[in-house]
Amino acid sequence: MKVKAVATNELTSVKLLIPHPMETGRRKDQSGTIVPAHYITEVMAEHKGEAVFHAEFGPGVSRDPYLSFEFIGAKAGETLTISWVDNKGGSEKSDFPITSI
Amino acid sequence: MGISRRQFFRTVAWVGASLSVMSVLPERLLARWNAGAFKADKLEDAVREKYGSLPVEDSSAIQLTVPEIAEDGAFVPVSVSSVMPGITSISIFSETNFSPLVASFDVMPRMRPNISLRIRMAETGNVVVMAKAGDHLYRASRLVVVSVGGCG
Repeated sequence: MKVKAVATNELTSVKLLIPHPMETGRRKDQSGTIVPAHYITEVMAEHKGEAVFHAEFGPGVSRDPYLSFEFIGAKAGETLTISWVDNKGGSEKSDFPITSI
Repeated sequence: MGISRRQFFRTVAWVGASLSVMSVLPERLLARWNAGAFKADKLEDAVREKYGSLPVEDSSAIQLTVPEIAEDGAFVPVSVSSVMPGITSISIFSETNFSPLVASFDVMPRMRPNISLRIRMAETGNVVVMAKAGDHLYRASRLVVVSVGGCG
């Protein structure tokens, strides 16, 4: 997971890229068998223990989801915790530093 | 006098602390993923599963930015922003997809309604955004011409 969180004044802009196949469950591989659905269902962000972002995804989100969002009340030097879960029970949770420009 | 003043405040503090823990836990432990909305195969059904039957109106206060032509339907960039106060939820739909609901965002108290995401589009059709503020849904919609479908 790649995350860039930049605080300017009160506003923190977050861009993140999550490497994930995001299989829809409708694609066939070369031998013609359906590739089972495997996609991220939820993405969350927390700052100082408070949820600042929550998204639900379906299989219509592109492979290797790339998204951005904004929130207020954080400063450079603080930490943003990003986590996601997928439909097969996979998950990831990591801390990222909030930087200034 | 079965309960002392100190005991009373201790109990109140304990109940308060327990409630705040309980209010956080379900959010983390129980999946809130709205299966009904994501599995719906028609736009209207997906909207109803997600938001119930709230009145819908078109709004120019919802800014939806998409390409007019997407050469690759597997990666269509979508941006949504609004200056409308009180938005609590934003959902992105692709009308022609097998399952139209693509993604749903809870606009948390500290979050600004300004998001972007890359989505798959099966074929040419409308990208529709619904923003919930109060008991209303505000809609923005844009046609995207897709050269090669992205749901193969």
